[in-house]
Amino acid sequence: MDAILLQILNGLDKGSAYALIALGLTLIFGTLGVVNFAHGALFMIGAFCAVSLQRLLSLSFETVDPTRTDFLGNPLKVKTPYIESWFGPETGAAIIDWSVPLAILFSIPIMLLVGFIMERGLIKHFYKRPHADQILVTFGLAIVLQELVKHWFGANPIQTGAPEAFKGSFDFGVLLGFDPNLIIYPYWRMVYFGFAAVIVAAVFAFLQFTTFGMVVRAGMADRETVGLLGINIDKRFTIMFGLAAAVAGLAGVMYAPINSPNYHMGMDFLVLSFVVVVVGGMGSLPGAVLAGFMLGILESFASMNWIKSMIPGIDQIIIYLVAIAILLTRPRGLMGRKGVMED
Amino acid sequence: MLGLNKKDTRFLLIVIALTLLTPIILQPFPEGSSLAQFNAGYPDLMQRFAIFGIFAIGFNILFGLTGYLSFGHAAFLGVGSYTVVWMYKLLDYNVIWGLPLAIITSGLFALLIGFVSLRRSGIYFSILTLAFAQMSYNLAYSVLTPITNGETGLQVYTDDVQILMGANEPQSPHFFGIVMRENFWVADIGAWEFTFNNGYYFSAVIAILAFYLSLRIFRSPFGLMLRAIKTNQTRLNYTGLNARPYTLAAFVISGMYAGLAGGLLAAMDPLAGAERMQWTASGEVVLMTILGGLGTMMGPVLGAGFIKYFENIFSKINEQVLRQWFGFLPDGLEGAVVWVAEYFVGSGWHLTSGLLFMLVVIFLPGGLVEGGQKLAGLFKRGKSDEDIDDPEHQPKQSPHVAE
Amino acid sequence: MGLLEVKGVGKRFGGLQALGNVNLSVQENSVHAIIGPNGAGKSTLLNCFVGKLIPDEGSVLFNGQSVLGRTPHEINQMGISRVFQTPEIFGDLDVMENMMIPCFAKRDGAFRMHAFEGVENEKELVEKAEQMLIDVNMIDKRHMNAASMSRGDKRRLEMAMCLVQDPKLLLLDEPTAGMARADTNNTIDLLKEINEKRDITMAIIEHDMHVVFSLAERITVLAQGTPLVEDTPENIKGHPKVQEAYLGEAH
Repeated sequence: MDAILLQILNGLDKGSAYALIALGLTLIFGTLGVVNFAHGALFMIGAFCAVSLQRLLSLSFETVDPTRTDFLGNPLKVKTPYIESWFGPETGAAIIDWSVPLAILFSIPIMLLVGFIMERGLIKHFYKRPHADQILVTFGLAIVLQELVKHWFGANPIQTGAPEAFKGSFDFGVLLGFDPNLIIYPYWRMVYFGFAAVIVAAVFAFLQFTTFGMVVRAGMADRETVGLLGINIDKRFTIMFGLAAAVAGLAGVMYAPINSPNYHMGMDFLVLSFVVVVVGGMGSLPGAVLAGFMLGILESFASMNWIKSMIPGIDQIIIYLVAIAILLTRPRGLMGRKGVMED
Repeated sequence: MLGLNKKDTRFLLIVIALTLLTPIILQPFPEGSSLAQFNAGYPDLMQRFAIFGIFAIGFNILFGLTGYLSFGHAAFLGVGSYTVVWMYKLLDYNVIWGLPLAIITSGLFALLIGFVSLRRSGIYFSILTLAFAQMSYNLAYSVLTPITNGETGLQVYTDDVQILMGANEPQSPHFFGIVMRENFWVADIGAWEFTFNNGYYFSAVIAILAFYLSLRIFRSPFGLMLRAIKTNQTRLNYTGLNARPYTLAAFVISGMYAGLAGGLLAAMDPLAGAERMQWTASGEVVLMTILGGLGTMMGPVLGAGFIKYFENIFSKINEQVLRQWFGFLPDGLEGAVVWVAEYFVGSGWHLTSGLLFMLVVIFLPGGLVEGGQKLAGLFKRGKSDEDIDDPEHQPKQSPHVAE
Repeated sequence: MGLLEVKGVGKRFGGLQALGNVNLSVQENSVHAIIGPNGAGKSTLLNCFVGKLIPDEGSVLFNGQSVLGRTPHEINQMGISRVFQTPEIFGDLDVMENMMIPCFAKRDGAFRMHAFEGVENEKELVEKAEQMLIDVNMIDKRHMNAASMSRGDKRRLEMAMCLVQDPKLLLLDEPTAGMARADTNNTIDLLKEINEKRDITMAIIEHDMHVVFSLAERITVLAQGTPLVEDTPENIKGHPKVQEAYLGEAH
């Protein structure tokens, strides 16, 4: 029982990331009719927003501390971040410590901008091209973005810590009456799950309760009719794309402390997110979220030792196996609608 | 001749001539000259031209003719490589055992994956193939380590059984004693040096056979059906034809081509690693095919050559070379140009290829072949159509991809 | 017994009864028209013949064999060809290639791995295809790209592709839709000729009464998914129920 609970918890953070990326993918599919292979790259850019902000905040100047010497007897050079000199050591250090949450604010305008540029500059011209063309061009874009990040940040993963306050773990087991240390769960992962839940709720609320969202939902159901109503769908498409980019970016920002950002994380997550979308049902937002969590948890179960010893390697392939099984038995996915991306 | 009409025969003969003369053609600059770095007549590079040419020719039979975009063909490449290396380990270094078996194993593997993936079409098909390829890649790194040797990659060790190994047999891949990595002739003519390598000619002959086979397929009723699948499946069904066995056959054939290419990679260099199966590798063959010209005979070969050539050239260029090139510019400008150019060379080749990918899809959907035809059309206008020697006439202005 | 025997066919889409208790018999070598106002279920019925839809009840016998549960390509191989409302042709291929595909389908069946013989070496089939193109007056367009042709030519090509298979039954879904009067008359003549010379049975869905009355030997009037009446053109013209349900509304 405790093991099962632990695995569910473990699956939540990865599932959250899948769900958020898949949500954006589905929004883009449903509204714009575009298959975006560069969506994983947006997730990666988000993570590197966190890295950048942390680096930016830690920018330091050097001073010589005359009271101390290094081991050669020379006066010791001390690096002081500008932030600390501006706001005082304590506030400054706190700001640096909180750079990942702060990066949320930092990344939103960046991601929106990246999304707008992508949509206006590239994606727009591919609305009417075959899906294969869309796949190819966004695949190329994904490579370009990934290589640029590699060029700037190097090939190695960059550790990006969560705030000190969230570094410990929470003992869930005790709360539920199990023995201590059976079900422990890092605070930051809890934060991540909560954050993802908030974002998902916000996106759904936005679609449900605003006129803008209503039009978008109508557009997802029937693009042509909405076009006929004379509603300026183009502008809304651009905004939708920016929004989807921001969701992916935020997912990436907050994921940085869980998994040190590296340049190929986008590709890694993209493949899985696509599988998630397919399992959830192309064009279904609830399906994307549901499948994201489901597959995240499933993956975590499959990596339990006794299961791995029974079926070796199952943790590596479980998601793909499920996707294949689902595509063959329920071609439209768990919650897919008829006529979405079908020939 | 050979079951081809006159035009195709001439076309095939030209291809054969070009392939056999490659070590000369690709070595136009004298050794030691500053342009020698653009020569491409090295055995290693020429082998890759031939091998990836085979890979792309096969991929084109699937994607070019039927329009089914597979993102998983690198898996078959990997299977081919593993098969050949295993034959080295078990039997001996003669590639005669491994290569046919590589075609068979990759064909069976493709049959399995194709059977499942082809239940769906369009983007679903692409994602299914991608999922299968990633699965194979993950497995090759984890559970299948006894077969694939995981991250280290599969190679031959001295304690391998090699039951057929003779006393005087070469200790590297060979074809009945013809050692792949050896050159049978290095010709120094004036300042030029031409290298005639066993491995290259072995791969080249196989590539020519592969090309010939694909030419026959293109011109056959089977090829016609595949093109029909791309343009209108509804009509095809109502004409009494079952699309699925046709697409499956195309999938398996292209998988076998990929397996052969993978086998040849291991025949040139007795190694096999899982990275060959990664989906970026699948993406590369897609790039080769569309860059050259999807659905054309020559396109994929051109695309493969183009990519591998520039990969080689670009990877070699470093800051020093750039400074030398742009040295004539004023200092500030030189610095700026070099700074920009640095993104694209050396390890930046991937960036260049990604950019190329986008540019081709955006501006040149018909690839190099179509681009060349447009250029040729500008010059040849006025001449009658019959005169234009244009073996690429086959699929007439088809939109370059279908779902 | 007719070539195509439809008995008690019904089809529902959700709550909507698209077809109910349809009985119909298409006699060999006749031209049988199915007419009816929009939404009468004509296309649904046609789709039940070719395997696109499976009726919820009833039976469809072709040449004494049931077609239900068979796929479109199997039904075509039984001898039913279909012309669509918007011509379905192989747009990327040229006219001759378009013609060769049904020739191969007829000779080789639903699938045959025929990968090493050149298409152009199939002399017999090439001749057959060319003859068909001569018959429909398109031989001068044989190297034209099919997608670049006019709609009328596409329609003729599609018909030629069906005819070259020598089907026993040709289904036509509004074959003159969107055609100019002159083209319509040409098509009527062509169809008449086909019916007389080639002994091909035809079932035709049509809106244009001119076409229907010049071609059909029997007419079934469909209204709200059920056959109202089945009779000869002369009797249909004067039939009060038909006037009311269809002609009155259409004209």
